[in-house]
Amino acid sequence: MTDRGIDARFNGQLGAFALDAAFRAPASGVTALFGPSGCGKTTILRCLAGLTRLSGRCLVDGEVWQDDTAFLPPFRRPIGYVFQEASLFQHLSVRRNLLYGAPRTPASGDGLGFDEVVDLLGLTKLADRSPGNLSGGERQRVAIGRALLSQPKVLLMDEPLSALDRATKDEILPFLERLRDRLFLPIVYVSHDMAEVERLAKHLVLMENGRVVAAGDLATLQSDPGLPLAASREAAVVFDAVVERYDAAWGLLALRVPGGELLVPSTPVAPATRRRVRIAAADVSLLTEPQQTSSILNALPARVLARRPLGENEMVVTLRLGAGEDGVRILARITRKSWEKLGIVEGKMVWAQVKGVSLAQA
Amino acid sequence: MDGISDDIWQPVALTAELAVVTTALLLLLGTPVAWWLARSKAWWKEGVATLVAMPIVLPPTVLGFYLLVALGPNGPGGAVASLWGGRTLAFSFAGLVIGSVLYSMPFVVQPIRNAFEAMGERPLEVAATLRASPRRAFWTVAVPLALPGFLTGAVLGFAHTVGEFGVVLMIGGNIPGKTKVLSVAIFDYVETSRWREANILAGGMVLFAFAVILAMRLVERRFADVAR
Repeated sequence: MTDRGIDARFNGQLGAFALDAAFRAPASGVTALFGPSGCGKTTILRCLAGLTRLSGRCLVDGEVWQDDTAFLPPFRRPIGYVFQEASLFQHLSVRRNLLYGAPRTPASGDGLGFDEVVDLLGLTKLADRSPGNLSGGERQRVAIGRALLSQPKVLLMDEPLSALDRATKDEILPFLERLRDRLFLPIVYVSHDMAEVERLAKHLVLMENGRVVAAGDLATLQSDPGLPLAASREAAVVFDAVVERYDAAWGLLALRVPGGELLVPSTPVAPATRRRVRIAAADVSLLTEPQQTSSILNALPARVLARRPLGENEMVVTLRLGAGEDGVRILARITRKSWEKLGIVEGKMVWAQVKGVSLAQA
Repeated sequence: MDGISDDIWQPVALTAELAVVTTALLLLLGTPVAWWLARSKAWWKEGVATLVAMPIVLPPTVLGFYLLVALGPNGPGGAVASLWGGRTLAFSFAGLVIGSVLYSMPFVVQPIRNAFEAMGERPLEVAATLRASPRRAFWTVAVPLALPGFLTGAVLGFAHTVGEFGVVLMIGGNIPGKTKVLSVAIFDYVETSRWREANILAGGMVLFAFAVILAMRLVERRFADVAR
């Protein structure tokens, strides 16, 4: 096991329940701490920052931030922390907010410079304003920029979008996607909104009542019928696909995914580009024979791996695309009646008809 | 001016000097106290806060009486005075300063404490996550954000010191040029039927009080506008 990335374990009493959580986060990319409100995810983030002190340990890139004998105070940890509310310093201009944590001597090498951060977050026009007359979305972007300019080795984000309305969220998400792709550092992102997690995260830590229920690759956890995610109304699987070609005549993008190919209506995208694909369980239906008469473009051979009943009349089925072992897993929500009627059993090959596929920046 | 002796200005100058020195000391001593009261989780901190606030309720003569005992030849004040060959701190400018600092302390500590509390934990946490040491966070975040509280505290402390009478009379006596401050001088003029002088000083105090409170309100309003 490499010691790059974050290796943390914290335990202690937290209000009504005991927090006891251990997890790892990879050295780059977004790790989402996901769970219902009050499950302890914010506390874990604060522990990583040193703002809250529970017993436990915390190692980042092999460096000890906390263990039985040592505790690094927050101001000695190379972190960037974005709070739920922007929490800008009201007495300083946007520019001085941004530069508050910036080292006096400009960072060498791969650090982010002022101009780049301002450009990345679209702050050029705001630098000389006062925080008092910024919109909620602008404030949060300044807060993110301020955290980045302190040249962190780890970026910690505590539901940075939850205080914002839908439109403002949609305005900021593309900025976060750009950051994720530009930064080579671990980003720990606390959220209770699966839509945000699906847009940003590659790695998931699933929490409940102060405990880690499961941790791992996002798609793997999403398609695990044993976890609560698969049972939710919005159950879906998100994974990366590679653009194979663009069919200009029909305006369709052909995407290669492990175990199959998907056709998705789209504007032109260059071949070999990566795209994030989301397939909702409710958009997948099962056939036992290939059907030529459907309006649905994508019907892929897949193997039935497992099922989980949802109440009396429905179930969610885990499928692996293709006949091989390395296909990606997706979910299908079907009725118990259909399962019986089609005579489906675990291990059987079926056709997965995918009605809708949504694309995002990978 | 005809018929008015020059000695009327002596108490004015002395009062101004006393108020300036007292206010400076109060900001110096009151800030750490206010910071501690705002942020400590010690269960006994409200006991300390109560001690600081006592002069608001106590008759000035009570405070003055105990100060007289403490500053006198048989108290700790006498011991301190003996360091430079003195006998007592009572009836001296230093004694007046000590009395004023204690007497005006709540008026400085309370607004600063309120400002520190209103600011909350968050700005300091943000500063810490941006590598600011506690010292840097205090000077670059806490103090600027609490500035209206400092201003209110300083103005109230200054004005309250200018206006005190009972404590000064008890410990300071009435020595011209040394401990005879404005309020005592007014009392003296009235006692000796020099109503004209009494009127000038008393009228001046009315104008001063009006100006101070008006200025404070205007400043507070400006800060409220900036914060919004």
